[in-house]
Amino acid sequence: MEQRFKVIPIRSDADIVTARLAARSMAERMGFSSVDVVLIATAVSEVARNIVAYAKQGEITVTNTHRGTKKGLEVLARDEGPGICDLTQVMQDGYSTSRSLGLGLPGSKRLMDEFEIVSQVGSGTKVTMRKWLR
Amino acid sequence: MRTPILKQGKYLIASIQSALTDQDLMNLRDDLAAQVSKYRAHGVIIDVTVLDVMDSFATRTLRDLAQMVRLRGAETVIVGIQPEVAFAMVQLGLELGNVATALDLEEGLTLLHQRTQ
Repeated sequence: MEQRFKVIPIRSDADIVTARLAARSMAERMGFSSVDVVLIATAVSEVARNIVAYAKQGEITVTNTHRGTKKGLEVLARDEGPGICDLTQVMQDGYSTSRSLGLGLPGSKRLMDEFEIVSQVGSGTKVTMRKWLR
Repeated sequence: MRTPILKQGKYLIASIQSALTDQDLMNLRDDLAAQVSKYRAHGVIIDVTVLDVMDSFATRTLRDLAQMVRLRGAETVIVGIQPEVAFAMVQLGLELGNVATALDLEEGLTLLHQRTQ
């Protein structure tokens, strides 16, 4: 039976590659187009890197999901890091507190169909993204 | 994993062999910068054909690398960006700035030849 979800612990930059390869392989199995597979893998890479850069550790869960008759892939990135105090600011292109390009979160939102972020200062951040099969 | 760097005349060619971690990318940047000096190379080609993803970190690292190489008087050409990867880069808002790109290794060598004459 096909595995419906996969959890990837994120502790180092090598885990970023593991997470995006896991997302890629699930997306391919689900029948996403080659473009969508790369879009999903890129978004996973960005949110996984945010975990390593800001929270040091966390986890990513990729799930084969559905809503009604629509099938899709859901990515949940969760950490118990410092959290984000201004979510409006981090969703702006070019905003970064590290030396990065500041495109990770707003960019990932553009790559996926749905994007939600919940964060509490001191207790962590949760990003949920979905891409639907067309 | 370490990306092998081949010396071909005045040029260095780095062919990425698999998905790279951030550390692998930084090693590639540092190795190439060092070898440009060591071999007095005039040009560098980075073949990213097999790279599964060009995210913000990879793009920034390759841009930094090209800038380091340029400061040493050599040119960099990035070859083999796959159409899907290019599409994702544009969606993400990533730009390679003034780093030269070419379709494949052959085109990259032609471009380097023109630029370093």
